[in-house]
Parts: sequence; C-alpha cells; structure tokens
Amino acid sequence: MNRSLKVAAAVSVASIALAACGSNSSGDTPSAGAGGSAAGSAGGNVKVGMAYDVGGRGDQSFNDSAAAGLDKAKSELGVAVKESTASAGEAESAREERLQQLIEAGYNNIVAVGFAYAPSVAKVAKDNPEVKFALIDSTDAKGANIQNVVFSEQEGSYLAGVVAAKKSKTHHIGFVGGVQTDLIKKFEAGYTAGAKATDPSIKVDVKYLTQPPDFSGFGDPAKGKTAAEGMLSSGADIVYHASGGSGAGVFTAVKAKPGAWAIGVDSDQAKTAAANVRDIILTSVVKRVDVGVFEFIKQDKEGTFKSGEAVYDLKSNGVELATTGNHIGDLKAELDKVKADIIAGTIVVPSK
Amino acid sequence: MKLDARRIGLSLLAPVLALVVAFVITSLILLLAGDPVAEVWSTLLREPRPRTVVNILNGAVVYYLSAIAVAIGFRMNLFNIGVEGQYRIAAFCAAVVAAQGYLPGFLNILLGLATAMVAGGLWAGIAGYLKVKRGVSEVISTIMLNAIATSLVAWLLTKARDTSAGSGSNVTNTKAIPQSSQLDGFALVPGASNKVYTLLVLAVLVGVLYWFVLGKTRFGFDLRAAGQSETAAVASGVKVPRMVLTTMILSGAVAGLVGMPLLFGQDHNYGTTFQPGLGFAGIGIALLGRNNPIGIGIGALLWSYLDQQSNSLQITAGVAPELVFIIQGVIVLAVVIAYELVRRLSVRLEQSKVARELASPSAPTPEGATA
Repeated sequence: MNRSLKVAAAVSVASIALAACGSNSSGDTPSAGAGGSAAGSAGGNVKVGMAYDVGGRGDQSFNDSAAAGLDKAKSELGVAVKESTASAGEAESAREERLQQLIEAGYNNIVAVGFAYAPSVAKVAKDNPEVKFALIDSTDAKGANIQNVVFSEQEGSYLAGVVAAKKSKTHHIGFVGGVQTDLIKKFEAGYTAGAKATDPSIKVDVKYLTQPPDFSGFGDPAKGKTAAEGMLSSGADIVYHASGGSGAGVFTAVKAKPGAWAIGVDSDQAKTAAANVRDIILTSVVKRVDVGVFEFIKQDKEGTFKSGEAVYDLKSNGVELATTGNHIGDLKAELDKVKADIIAGTIVVPSK
Repeated sequence: MKLDARRIGLSLLAPVLALVVAFVITSLILLLAGDPVAEVWSTLLREPRPRTVVNILNGAVVYYLSAIAVAIGFRMNLFNIGVEGQYRIAAFCAAVVAAQGYLPGFLNILLGLATAMVAGGLWAGIAGYLKVKRGVSEVISTIMLNAIATSLVAWLLTKARDTSAGSGSNVTNTKAIPQSSQLDGFALVPGASNKVYTLLVLAVLVGVLYWFVLGKTRFGFDLRAAGQSETAAVASGVKVPRMVLTTMILSGAVAGLVGMPLLFGQDHNYGTTFQPGLGFAGIGIALLGRNNPIGIGIGALLWSYLDQQSNSLQITAGVAPELVFIIQGVIVLAVVIAYELVRRLSVRLEQSKVARELASPSAPTPEGATA
C-alpha cells in the first residue's frame, strides 16, 4: 500500500499540474481581463459575456483575435464585458454552466468562442430565449437567438495557393493541417485549388498532424516541424500551415532551409510569430474573428441582431492576405483580379 | 468502545488536517499572486445553486466509478494508472454497440454496460497478463496502454464517424444511441432545470458491491491478503498470479463503467466532446477516500464541488479557474502526509498507553495490554 500510495500521490498531483499547464499559458490573464469589466456600464444596456475556448486570452491566435474584437467593442461602443475561459478536460456540463453563469450575472449577449461550445450553446440558448448568442466557427447549433459566425477560410486559402504557385521555384509546395476536421479541410481545399489553377503541374504535399478526437495537432510545434521538414526535404519550398500553435514548428523548419517560405494563418503571423522567424513568413491568411465578434456586439447594440449564419468572406474582408514585409507586393494586381473573380462568382472555390 | 471512538477521531483527523493545510497553502498562493483571498473563498464556499448541485452530483457519480476502479487495484497493491485509457476504449465500444440498437430500450442499456465492462476489462487484462507472464510493471504498461488507447480510439472514430450531420462540422462523434435507450435522469433537486444521471444507481450499486465483495467474501480476503503480503498469501493457498490478473480485469471492468453515465445520460454518443481526464482524477479521489467506499464518495463529491465552483470563480472573483487544480493537488499531497502523521501519532498513543498500563501497579499481564 505504501508504495502505491506514494506513486499514486505523485502521479495524480502531476496529472493535475499537467492539466493546469496545458490549459493556460499565462494564468494571470483572465483575472487581468476581468478586472476592468464593470467599468463599461456607461455604454447602455448591452453587456457581453465572453466564453473563450481552452487557451483563452493570450494564445496569440484564435482566442486572442476574438479578444481583440471584444476590446474594440468595449472601447468604441462602451459595452460592459465579462470574460471566462474553458479549462482543459472539463466536463461538458462545465461549458453549459459557464454560459449559464454569465447569463445569470446579467450578461445578455454571449459570445462562445470555438466550435467546442456548439452543444452547450444549443442547450443554453433554448433555455434562455431572451439572450443572444454568437457561436464562432460552427453551424452545429442553430436557433432564433443564435448567430453562427463562420468564415470562408477556403477563399483566403485560395489566394494563398495562388501566391504559393507563383513564388515556388520548384513547383512543389506543402500544406500542414493541425487536425483533420472539416474546418481545416476547407483551408486545404482552397489552397490546393488556388495553386492548381495557377500552375496545373504543381505538386502539393498535404499532411495532417493528428486525427480527432486528438486535438494535440493544434498545439504541438514538434509535430509541425517534423511534417514541414519532410516536405522541404522532398523538394517543396513553400509551406502553408493551418495548425494553430504547431505552426511555430513549421516556421522553425522553413527557417532552416534557405530560400524556402512559410505562409501563416488566422492572424498576421509576420507580426505575431517568434521574432527570429518573421522574415520567412511570405504572407498570412488572416481570419478576422475580431470583426465577427465586433459586428455581433454592434448589431446587438443597434438592435439589428440576425440569427443564422453570418458568413465572413473575401467580400466582407472577413478573410484576407496579410501584406506585412511586402513580399507579395509584386503580385498585387493578379491577386486583386482573383479576389474580384471570387467575389463575382467567376471562380468558385471548393470547400472540401 | 472507548478505543473505537478514538480510532474514528483519528481517522477523521487526517482528512480534516489535509483540508486545513490545503486552505492555508492556497491562501498563501493567492496572497503571493495578489488575488483577493477573501473573495475567492467566499465564492468557492458559497452555497451552490440548485442547478449546480445537480452538476456536482453528476460529476461525483463519474468520479466515484473511476475512483472505485483505481481502489480495487490499490487494495491489492496494484497501481492501475490505466483507468484513463480503459474508460475511453470502453465508452467508445459501448457507444458503437448501443447505437446499433440490437435490443429494445432498457435491454440495450444493459448490453451497452456489458460491452463497456468487457472492453475495459480486456484492455486492463493486457497489463495484467504482461505483469503475470513477463513481470512488466503495471505502472509502465498501463501508462503505455493509455497512449495506445487514445490513438486507437481516435483512429477507430474516423471509421465509425457519424456523417449524417453533413460537412462543415468539427464535431466528430459516433452515431447517437436510440432515443429509447437515452436516460432522462432523476429530478432529485427541487428548483433545478437539469436532472441527476439515472446511472447514479449504478454508482451506488458498484459501491455496495465493492464493499461487500472485498470486505465480506473469501475472494475479497484473498485479494487483500495478496496485496498486503504476497508470501503470506501464497502460504495460505492463494494463487497470486491468478489474483493479479483477476484484479486487473475487475478494475478495468469497473473503469469501463466510468463513461456510461455520460454516454446514456448526457452525450448519447462518443466523440470529441466526451470528457477526458476522468481516470487520473480517480487516482487522487481513491487516495483521498482511503479506498473506503464511503470515503471515496465524499472525496468524489468534494472534487466535483471544487470543479463546479471554479466556474463562478472567474466570473465573480476574477481569478483563473486553474486555481482549483492547485487546491486539488495540494489536497492530495496534504492527505498523504496527514495520513502518515496520524498513523505515527496513533502508534505513539498506543505505545504510551501500553507503557502507562505497564507502569501502573494494578496492570494486568503485559499480553493483555497490547490487545
């Protein structure tokens, strides 16, 4: 008993500690975020409850982009906000509870960041018909008081494909997907289509890091590095990643090969990635989650809330290519033409 | 009788001591981080709303099953760290089988439970077999089997995925179990909109069986004997290798039940939203409850209570919910230390009592005093 007792204590404490590590890189940020929350009461009756996915504010990617939209709404529209973040490995009921508690604290416009909230939004929205919900990245929960904020990732990725095909000297490019979900397949489909339309003979390597329900592919730089190294050594010279935190590894691998470029995702990664790899980031497919969040709050404030899908595409600048570093300035005319064709419907971008 | 009262006092002393230590250490951490200490405790200790009470009960049901599975191994000095993998494999298998609807309503649930127990038992049996035949430490093999289980289920899920929801969805799960096999739950808590898992019954049943089989049967005696002293067990005719294998399988079978309240009472399928980490929580709770069926129940409730209250922590007190992980970790450590301290204390009390009785002139024979 004594031996198992010691080992067991060590292991169970370690597992708790690991859970804590995995869920939030900077533990003090939620409190910092919530600290100034009550101040915005001047902005009338719109109170926004923000439920982040695991990682929360400070993840330099998806959640941070949503937080930027919230911050903008707070300063420009003067709404009151309250933030709350999911823990890794929590029960489904904890997500529901989070939304419910935000509502009970008086926050009647709820932003649920990430598709993982779909089941809980479906349930809580039904119980609280007077509360308005924005569900980011998912159409799995629908209702009269739910706005599904989705993005045309394939359109932005199509442009990235065009850029890659133009810039590749070896006529060989790569795509690293974080987790093989339908969402990430949209990135791949658009990218491949854009590249093939520009250069029919181009070779596109595709690699997904993990399969669901293993979501570690969104946060494992080592896996990203291995995948990118494989593509680069077989001749690819441009690698586009849609793999969240694993992208850091993709950048490291690309940096090690002279002449190779990486394409970033979600935010303008030439500004947000580690300083030593920023110069090899050709462009980034920016997904304006902040715009989606801000628009939802603005609609609530102006009383123009619309339920159902709110699609943020090229036309509404919901997705766009970043131009930091001016590496793609020479392609501007061409990209504008492709963009116009996509908006006009002359080019139809596949989403899977 | 007098001795019994003192023994009960001593056994209560350890957990109380641990909670006090956890309280003090957590307060210190809060002070160091500059967080509002008073507000945190008043939030955590606030009386939960009816809906939260239901969530606490539901969380505890699942934790309880997990901790009992771990405790079965502990009683035999076997450290089944693989409950995590076992319950995932089992929940996946049960979800797939139950979704087929081979049997009507209630029978289908029983089929699901049986499938889970078989799957969990077999998966744990691999570790048991390796230990018996090859002398592989079950700590190592079950950790490895956890990793394998995660990948295996992930791969199988891509094969068994329910595609009826159409494309564009990120939620990957198996087909839902038939409506007739979905358990609605008990409306135990007045004023709550949600319900307590029907399979609370299962947890109670498992707890009673655990108490009865391990405490009151020949098999249970053999199991505990083999755990406490292998040589003594062999001398009294226990086939230790067979006991190791049986205990592992039994532990795995109970581990298989961990996901069942979730499957039949909440998720109705196995997929990306299925709660992970329950197996590891079970280890801490089994320690907290000292492998005692009632103690584990209290431990499971405490764990679940802290989990649920952590949500309001960030909404009302503005403190990261991860604080609760710290509290839970400190409690586990403090419990282990407190039990050891209390054990020493009781030994010393015993010694001084014996010495006193020996010293007094009216003392009976020394043999009597030690009894």
